[in-house]
Formats: sequence, structure tokens, C-alpha cells
Amino acid sequence: MLTNDRPDGKTLLEIYRRAALIIACDNHVRAVIRAGRIAAPFYSPRGQEIISAAVSVNLTDQDYVITIYRGLHDQLAKGVPLKLLFAELAGRNTGTCKGKGGPMHITHPETGVMVTTGVVGSGMPIANGFAWASQIKKDGRVTVCNFGDGASNIGAFHESLNMASVWKLPVIFVCQNNLYAEHTAYSIGTSVARIADRAASYSMPGVQVNGNDPSAMWSAAHDAVERARRGEGPTLIEAKTFRFNGHNLGDSQEYMPKAELEAAIAADPVPRLRQRLIDEGVATAAQLDALETALKTEVEEAAQFAFDSPFPDLAEIRRDVYEQEVPA
Amino acid sequence: MSQDKTAEITVTQALNRALDDAMAADSTVLVLGEDVADAQGGGVVKITKGLSTKYGTDRVKSTPISEQAIIGAAVGAAMAGMRPVAEIMLMNFTAVCADQIFNHAAKTRFMTGGQTQVPIVIRTLGGAGRGTGGQHGDLLEAWYAHAAGLKVVAPANPADAYGLMTSCIFENDPCIFIEHIGVLGAKGPAPQAGHRVPLGRGAVSQEGRDVTVISYARQANEALIAARKLAEEGVSVEVIDLRSIAPLDWDTVLSSVAKTRRAVIVHEAVKPHGVGAEISARINEELFGQLKAPVQRLGAPYSPIPFSKPLETAFIPAAPQIEAAIRKVLG
Repeated sequence: MLTNDRPDGKTLLEIYRRAALIIACDNHVRAVIRAGRIAAPFYSPRGQEIISAAVSVNLTDQDYVITIYRGLHDQLAKGVPLKLLFAELAGRNTGTCKGKGGPMHITHPETGVMVTTGVVGSGMPIANGFAWASQIKKDGRVTVCNFGDGASNIGAFHESLNMASVWKLPVIFVCQNNLYAEHTAYSIGTSVARIADRAASYSMPGVQVNGNDPSAMWSAAHDAVERARRGEGPTLIEAKTFRFNGHNLGDSQEYMPKAELEAAIAADPVPRLRQRLIDEGVATAAQLDALETALKTEVEEAAQFAFDSPFPDLAEIRRDVYEQEVPA
Repeated sequence: MSQDKTAEITVTQALNRALDDAMAADSTVLVLGEDVADAQGGGVVKITKGLSTKYGTDRVKSTPISEQAIIGAAVGAAMAGMRPVAEIMLMNFTAVCADQIFNHAAKTRFMTGGQTQVPIVIRTLGGAGRGTGGQHGDLLEAWYAHAAGLKVVAPANPADAYGLMTSCIFENDPCIFIEHIGVLGAKGPAPQAGHRVPLGRGAVSQEGRDVTVISYARQANEALIAARKLAEEGVSVEVIDLRSIAPLDWDTVLSSVAKTRRAVIVHEAVKPHGVGAEISARINEELFGQLKAPVQRLGAPYSPIPFSKPLETAFIPAAPQIEAAIRKVLG
């Protein structure tokens, strides 16, 4: 299935930049929540950022992305402006959704981030709708739908893959398999050894890839995106990965063998990519240091922007329920 | 209302015409659902008949039996600028895709701070009386009226069916369009092409002085039967056909009850926690001191729809029960 296309140095550097941005933002979000400055559940994507970074460099702003409550990495990789994103996390009126969505519901149409859902498995049926509209309009856009391994056990997954296949929709289903569905280990809840194998039931390519390997992840995404753009239909990508901070912030992770988590953190893919960029002469350590410092500053400025912004006017409760404001 | 008096059509024909005219007028109008294309029969009760032949199977798509995928596809396509009309064959089956309706279609405009919208119509059949038992005839309008963000309509005659469908299709909010099995065959004047009934606007289908009957769908027609019978005795009944359940035309309801000072509310959905409870509560909140009698509510008994014919018949509030309720409020 895979072609021999591989990302060049410039692309790898961009993947690293996006991953480093995600880490900087994730670190800061967890810090401000722990400090009590934002009161909201948070589902850290730390450990999974290479997937979003390597997929998104194959997309344009016009392409659509659907993601889930653990979606900070997908949103940032697609280009949602940091200040608007942080303001939304903080419930401020300058947020992407005027503070009415919150961390689990980021939408930013200008960068193609259309739906962030808090309901496991519910994004896939909607992704088909975006892809169907693109197919009718012949606008050349593709839709990437992100979800976790747990979502592949929900009926909507099966309905959606079936329909996408029958209708030959330009959609890429990216299953970020972090081996845990909430607190339940993969093998306890999932009947197949490889989620990619489920694609066979729906007559579409199913590709399992190491999502933490930027080259392999980029290649799988590149092939699927090109296939969708050519009108050849959907692809299921299973990107193997791991989440470093449990299901939600504060999760004790007692359901997980400690060694498993330690091994995953020891194999953190982002520092490895950093070292690779240096080894292959793509960037110097000093250049990457400067990049990381700049990203950290950018995140701090976004947080400051968020906390300096006002909360929404109470009248916002009546707005956007319908197109016309609901009477008081 | 603009009507061609020379022609009478059924509600089924009116709905088919509304879809046809909307698809002709706007290429973003799409139809999807189980069996909707002509090769599959043009819909379970033929409301989409002829559309795929005329507009192609890219715009009129028969789907797998996958309710979540159907409504999800409609939601996504709508967010991408289309106006999909999705058929969920029976209202009971909307329970299968409740997540897409409640958590996505209804809330997306609000949760995205107004950046996106979901202009979809979900067409769905309900109504008892066809011997289909407990899983094929429920009317669940109270569920959907309770979900902030949805609009819910239920026409009782061809002109309103056409006008509400046209309005729902070109509305920018998600609409639940209830096609009551008991009114599909009802005949009436054919509306002119493009006729619209504004959402949230009821109709006084008969003016009266003594009592107001508030209803919609089949029971709006049953109320007219009861009103005509009582007119022979000199009782003047005002009948309001709400047409829209959400938003609801409070001005028409409250001004009528302020005039007659007596109210009967009737719907086919089960009475407890039904739409009638909301209407009764609001009348009492606004007009308590002016009422001459307690508000009467009629609805189906608290039971699944029964199969056996006598039970099924007893389940449906019809003209005789409405007449009795009117007599009760008249004292």
C-alpha cells in the first residue's frame, strides 16, 4: 500500500515545529489548570503529537479536520491560532467559540477545524458529510477524522466506514491507537489485534503505522490524502501511539502497568525527531533551542491574552441557540 | 395565503412538490435516507418519488440502514454549506441517531459561538393506527422540543405541509419535520410554488368565542371535527393549529385564551410530560386569574402504542374525546 514517498528535511522540520508547539501549549495548559486558573477537564495529547503534525503537513487550510476531546494536538497542528485557542480554553469571549464551546469543543473554520466532539465515535458520521459536500462541489478538499482506539468499537465507526466506502468519499479515518480506551486496555475491549484490519470489512485500505515515527506517519497520511484527492475513496489509518498523561488530567493511571508508561515516555518521539534533525543536518541544536524558546514565549503570550480577555456577556446564553436570538 | 383554488392535492403530494421545487430552485438542497431514490421506490410512502430521476443520485441518495451515518452525513454536509433533507423513516428510529440530533445538530451553532450552522431537515413519520405496534408509530416531539436549538414542526394539511417544508429547507437552523401518518392522505388546496409558512407561527383554523382548542398534526383536524359538531349546538370553538411546536406561537395561544378564557390542549403523544404540559403551564402562568375553568389536556394514555385494534383505537385522542373535554371546560 505504501509508496516510497518520504518527507524531506524541510517537511520533517515543520513536523517538529508543530510537535514542539503542541508540547509547549500542553505543558502550559496543564500548569494553568493545576494552578486553578482554568476549571475544566483536560485530556492531554502528550505523546501523540507526531501523528497530528505529520498528518497536517499534508493538508491545506481548506481541508477539513474533525477531532475529539483529546484534540489539542490536532487543532494546533492544523493551525488554529494559539491566542484564540487559549482564550477558548479559558472560557473568554475572545475564544474561537466566544467561550461557549470550551476545551472539548474547538471549532475554527478558517483553518478547517470544523468539529471537536466530546462524544466518543460521533465525529465519523459528520466527517462523511463534509466529504460528501466536497464530492458534490468537486472542491478538491479532503476530510481527516481523528478518533481513538475505543471509538472503533462504537456502532457509528462501522456505519461511517461502510457509508464512506459505498459512496467513495474523500475522507481519511485516523485512529490514534494509544492502547487505552478511557481506563480499559486495548485487548480487554477490542476483538481484533489490528484496528487497521477492520478496513477489510468495508473494502477500503487499512494501514497500520507507527504514529510516533514521523516518516512512516507522513507517508501513510500522504498516500491516503492523495488517494482521497484522486477520488479513489476513503482510507483507515491506525496510528500506534501512547498517551503520557492518562485519560484526563489528574488520572492516577492505576489501571496501567507502570513499566508500560515508563517505556513509552522513555521512547518519547519528539526528542528523537529533534536529535534526528540535528544528526541529518536539517537544523542545529542552537536553531532548535531558539525555536522552542520562541514557541514557549508565544504560548505564554497567548495565555496572557486569554486571561486578560473578558468573559462573555451573559446575553450570550440566548445567542446562537437559533440563528435569531432567543427572547429573554 | 396564496393558493390555487382549482386543484386539490394530498399532504404526500404537497411534500413531494415542496422538495421538488426546492431542489429546482437551489442546487445545495440534497435528499438522503433509506430507499429515497426511485430505484428503491422513492421513499417508504413515496414522498421522494421522482426526485432522483429528475436531480440525479448524487443529490438524492439512498443510504444504508445506518441512522447515525445518515444524520451525521447531513450534519457535516450542512456545515459545509449544503441544505440536506434527511429522511429517518419512522420517528422511533430517530432514537437510533439521537446523539447526532441532540449533541450535534441541535448544539453546533451555539457551541461554535455562531461560526457554523446546521441547516438540515429531518423528515420523519409518526402516528398510531396502522397496526404497527409499539415501535413504529411514536410521536416524540416533546423530546426534540426540549432540546435547545432544534425547530419542530408538524403540519395537518397540504398547504401547511408545503409551506413548512419550504421554510424548513431554507431555514438556517435544524428542523425536525413530523409527517403524521394520519394526515398524509388529507386533501386540500394546492399552494402556489414557493409558498412558505413562517416557523413559529400557528394558525387559527377556526375562529370562536367560547373555548380555545390548541393542537397540531392529526389532532388539529380532529379538533375541527369536534368544533363543527359543537357549532350545531351553538358552542363557538376557536381551533389553533400550532403547526410549529418549537418555537411555539405563544402570542396566538395566549391572545386566544385571553379572549375565550377556556383552553383544551390535545396531542397524540402520551400526555405525561408532553407538549401539552408546557402549554398548560404557560397559560396558567400568564392568564391564571382570567380563566373560567382549569385547562384540560388530552393525550394518549401512559402506554406504548398497543397492537390490538380496540386498544390502538382507544390510544388515539380523537374528535369524541376532544368534544367531551370541551364540554367539561364549558361546565
